[in-house]
Amino acid sequence: MENILFIDPTTLHDEMLRLRNEKQMDFLESLTGMDWGVADEKDTPETLRGLGVVYHLESTVTGERFTLRTATTNREKPEIPSVSDIWKIADFYEREVYDYYGIVFVGHPDMRRLFLRNDWSGYPMRKDNDPEKENPLRMDNEETFDTTKEIKLNPDGSIKNKETLLFGDEEYVVNIGPQHPATHGVMRFRVSLEGEMIRKIDANCGYIHRGIEKMNESLTYPQTLALTDRLDYLGAHQNRHALCMCIEKAMGVEVSERVQYIRTIMDELQRIDSHLLFYACLAMDLGALTAFFYGFREREMLLDIFEETCGGRLIMNYNTIGGVQSDLHPNFVKRVKEFIPYMRNIIHEYHDIFTGNIIAQERLKGVGVISKEEAISFGCTGGTGRASGWACDVRKRMPYGVYNKVDFKEILYTEGDSFARYMVRMDEIMESLKIIEQLIDNIPEGSYQEKMKPIIRVPEGSYYAAVEGSRGEFGVFLESHGDKTPYRLHYRSTGLPLVAAIDTVCRGTKIADLIAIGGTLDYVVPDIDR
Amino acid sequence: MEVTKKPKIKSIPYEEFIDNESLEKLVEELNAGGANVMVGVLDDLVNWGRSNSLWPLTFATSCCGIEFMALGAARYDMARFGFEVARASPRQADMIMVCGTITNKMAPVLKRLYDQMPDPKYVIAVGGCAVSGGPFKKSYHVVNGVDKILPVDVYIPGCPPRPEAFYYGMMQLQRKVKIEKFFGGTNRKEKKPENF
Repeated sequence: MENILFIDPTTLHDEMLRLRNEKQMDFLESLTGMDWGVADEKDTPETLRGLGVVYHLESTVTGERFTLRTATTNREKPEIPSVSDIWKIADFYEREVYDYYGIVFVGHPDMRRLFLRNDWSGYPMRKDNDPEKENPLRMDNEETFDTTKEIKLNPDGSIKNKETLLFGDEEYVVNIGPQHPATHGVMRFRVSLEGEMIRKIDANCGYIHRGIEKMNESLTYPQTLALTDRLDYLGAHQNRHALCMCIEKAMGVEVSERVQYIRTIMDELQRIDSHLLFYACLAMDLGALTAFFYGFREREMLLDIFEETCGGRLIMNYNTIGGVQSDLHPNFVKRVKEFIPYMRNIIHEYHDIFTGNIIAQERLKGVGVISKEEAISFGCTGGTGRASGWACDVRKRMPYGVYNKVDFKEILYTEGDSFARYMVRMDEIMESLKIIEQLIDNIPEGSYQEKMKPIIRVPEGSYYAAVEGSRGEFGVFLESHGDKTPYRLHYRSTGLPLVAAIDTVCRGTKIADLIAIGGTLDYVVPDIDR
Repeated sequence: MEVTKKPKIKSIPYEEFIDNESLEKLVEELNAGGANVMVGVLDDLVNWGRSNSLWPLTFATSCCGIEFMALGAARYDMARFGFEVARASPRQADMIMVCGTITNKMAPVLKRLYDQMPDPKYVIAVGGCAVSGGPFKKSYHVVNGVDKILPVDVYIPGCPPRPEAFYYGMMQLQRKVKIEKFFGGTNRKEKKPENF
């Protein structure tokens, strides 16, 4: 259970600024909106009520972690000071909270909805809101606005509504998406151009917002597991691992050594699978179709291994609370051991056909640079952060599974450009093979599933667990009130920070580079929109 | 008049397909007024060509899209069946494979994509989400089945469907295309419902 400090909204901004400067809390890991309901007679003085926010902070210098929360009881006009001037990622996170809970962040430069339509009525994640009743399916096209509203705090304490212009009349704005093959799903960018140069990008998310977090609140714990696989489907094992770990941590369940080994091996196989697909898609986006076939050739071998043990090719549904669904297939060890040398011997083909190619080099090197400070401020974890020199690997920061027993290197590049992001992932394939090689022969005997009750009640409290997903830190924040369903289950998306950063990364580059940058950032849209 | 036309796929026994009845019924309905010998043959020729080069729109919202990409790769190779020309523009596509969840925000966009496609056009609902809402049926932001907004020709269940299931569904569509009638007499297809 986490220790959560409460800060009053009036002093929130100053307190956060102090933490940032004095304690070097430069990484805003996650920002979660909460609805703690209205005051009740049975409340003890400690019970927190109202609408609020939970902040997870971490220092990349000292490694210290803080969890803070704030709340306001005003449900009509909830106002909380914005921290978007301290951490850049707070811009998107606060828009998400505004979208879900209607909390207005004072001082936020761009208070629009992030996922839902502009004309959506109500705030779906509030406990007293019935979104379906108020919002039937509408087939009229959504109107896109060129302006946004900002709520400013005057020096005398009064609040002023200010309208800011996103795109002026004289600007040349190109719309890319939502249906565009190079946006990797349904993502929409509005790009302001000056000749061929990108002046500004406005990312519109939510075309695949499936309301998973709201659904979780009415599902039992084992049921919530099923939805995690479908968030980031190229990190199905890892996502589910994170949620299982969080619930197990909350309940104090120790899983057997065997399960830890199996989960770690599966996570790494999944990472190779994801990186191979990354390679294939990036190459295809840049027009190298042969490379696409290479990537899929090896990926199919992995999918066969998955299929034998888990039964699924893409959505595996393998991890369960307290273990895994079924024991390893008798062929598993043999096939994985065949795969490792095969992959090592064939990776040179990848580099021959694409990495060394002059066109690929020209289009990737020096393009879309993101500095280490920006990567931290935006919270761009995973390959993107490591390409900028930020050692953000959760496997090293907060070891889980059996990562503390294996020897592996955290791949770091310092250039921060598209090529570094590409190389990080290619090198990580090799590191993952190394991890699997160390584990595959030593899988201990034991049970693959702890005995669990069919209905699980998690003790009251807040819990956070994170794993290193295929494209960054995937975190699960669980607040339980002792029921059989979670009170709030929030996922730290790995892709949202990457999309938040795309405006900063792309400014000044050419429009064609947007595709290469988007490809190397490697986001998966259903994971962003949740 | 007896109609002998059958929605056959070369080298696959007719009995291996299920749902032959509804296709046979469709043949009967289309040829209710009789089929001209000359024009009927011309129809067969055109449909032979059309059914073997159906161009899909590159459209995917989530997980099923990855399996659709796997179809394009070497192992499953959809070029064997004439599906390989995936078009990025709806104006060049024959059919749309709705791969993945359709949300309320996406629904008008999908409808617009469909409207931009030239006739004759076909819709395949791929995966649980597109068929009925799937695991997200209870969500406030998910359309429970793409047939609420588009007329669907073939449903492929699964979460996500296996590539083999994709092919089964795509061949069913080919069979449907094979029996359509363009020349001689009106095309007695189902009337378009009002709200589409």
